[in-house]
Amino acid sequence: MKLVTAVIKPHKWEDVREALETFGVTGMTVSEVSGYGRQKGHTEVYRGAEYDIALVPKIRIEIVVDDNDAEDVVGIIVKTAQTGRIGDGKVWVSPVETVVRVRTGDRDAEAL
Amino acid sequence: MAGYYAWMLVATALVLMMTTPALALFYGGMSRSKSVLNMMMMSYVALGVVGIVYVLWGWSMTFGENEAGGLFGNPFEMFALDGVGWDAYIGVVFQLTFAVITAALISGAIADRVKLSAWVVFLPLWVTLSYFPIAHMVWGGGFIAEHLAAQDYAGGTVVHINAGVAGLVLAVLIGKRIGFGKEPMRPHNLTLTMIGAGLLWFGWYGFNVGSIVLAGDSEEANTAQFMSETGLTFLNTTIATCAAMLGWLLVERLMHGKATTLGAASGIVAGLVAITPSCGAVNLLGAVAIGVIAGAVCAWAVGLKYRFGLDDSLDVVGVHLVGGLLGTLLIGFFATTEHAAATENGLFYGGGLTSLGHQAGAAAIAIAWSAVMTLIIGLAIKYTLGWRVSAEAEVEGIDYDQHGETAYDLHTSVSGAVSSGVVAASTAPVAATEGANA
Repeated sequence: MKLVTAVIKPHKWEDVREALETFGVTGMTVSEVSGYGRQKGHTEVYRGAEYDIALVPKIRIEIVVDDNDAEDVVGIIVKTAQTGRIGDGKVWVSPVETVVRVRTGDRDAEAL
Repeated sequence: MAGYYAWMLVATALVLMMTTPALALFYGGMSRSKSVLNMMMMSYVALGVVGIVYVLWGWSMTFGENEAGGLFGNPFEMFALDGVGWDAYIGVVFQLTFAVITAALISGAIADRVKLSAWVVFLPLWVTLSYFPIAHMVWGGGFIAEHLAAQDYAGGTVVHINAGVAGLVLAVLIGKRIGFGKEPMRPHNLTLTMIGAGLLWFGWYGFNVGSIVLAGDSEEANTAQFMSETGLTFLNTTIATCAAMLGWLLVERLMHGKATTLGAASGIVAGLVAITPSCGAVNLLGAVAIGVIAGAVCAWAVGLKYRFGLDDSLDVVGVHLVGGLLGTLLIGFFATTEHAAATENGLFYGGGLTSLGHQAGAAAIAIAWSAVMTLIIGLAIKYTLGWRVSAEAEVEGIDYDQHGETAYDLHTSVSGAVSSGVVAASTAPVAATEGANA
């Protein structure tokens, strides 16, 4: 199994969720996060004083999937979340050793 | 003139609302989330302290008999309102609310870093040595009224120049907040600031329109004056403020690319400040001109503090001193006796430079008096009680240090304020339980 983690622009979140659901992803964990990458935040002006706001709001999606589905899920996220402008985000995949469904005690593929 | 007394009851309550809650909201929203309660408390405490002081010797020092050549009134003549008739009480409370807001205005210059005890000591000393004397000189038949005939309808010199200069002196004396100019200190809740600015505007009708002084020698004359002059000051207060808001937004749009909500709120206050001394002295055209000039100039002036490294945190100098000076001096250009209640014409209405000279003289006296008195009080507190909270308390949040409270119980992702919020939330209930067991 793989853990797919994606950090994307907040306004793309609804599109990404819809595309993933259409593909057959049944659940995910989503959090509102802040951070920065190459775009380095943004500037706000208050009474003429410019402030560099380092952290910009992002959405983080975490999905545990079967090994075979990982590439497809990554592809869907990248295709849907892409605007082509700086600050679109990142997606990464990491191995998962085991998964347990708390309600039943099912393990691994059964638990997804 | 039952109508006049009814109006003064309303006007007095309106001006009281300008300090609590309007100014507290306006300033509170602009401060950081870890110091918003302290910021609001400075206004509320100003009301408590100055309110008591005013009835003890404030009224007497303002409207008592000339002392020292008209520099202040005799504080003992009407001490604790001795000999003041019931029918004058509403006038006393109306004036009380002016002293309160003037003192409260200063707090914006020294936000986030001053001990409540120092503020409580400063308040009675400052109104006694700076506010009451200047109010006496301008409105109580004192020095400026007698020798300069300067026009100040509702407090350009007494309130705004006075508070602005005091803010400047204290900001220099007390010093910058830790991290000023290096880390962002942006307003934490501009919705509060917008509400505060709107309420200030509403309350300002009490402030300006309530400042009418009936001068007729008959009931009919007073009624005629009341009906025309209140309309004039109400209209001018409205139109100048509209123009100032637009002026500020325009300058922002040109200089920084965006028209901001903070700019709208600030433009409103700048316009109200500038039309305060001039609302009875100018016609519609003058009101528009004063508004636009005040909005545009103040929008530019608030940026100057970064050049001088001055942490006038919420721009008391840039808005109240600059706006108050503009309103006071522009009377010298726009005052008209024909279509407004001016006592002498300005430069544009055939009055030559006489009025401008009078206005500049009054402004200069107010600046000098306020600067000297504030410096003396400020230094005295600095070398006895001390002004500032500890560096640790300032960084972690003055709210918890001075009041044992934090304003918000919110979980946000990442911000400097979160850590102090969490600490306070977990320690406060424990302390309360221990107290209950003991």
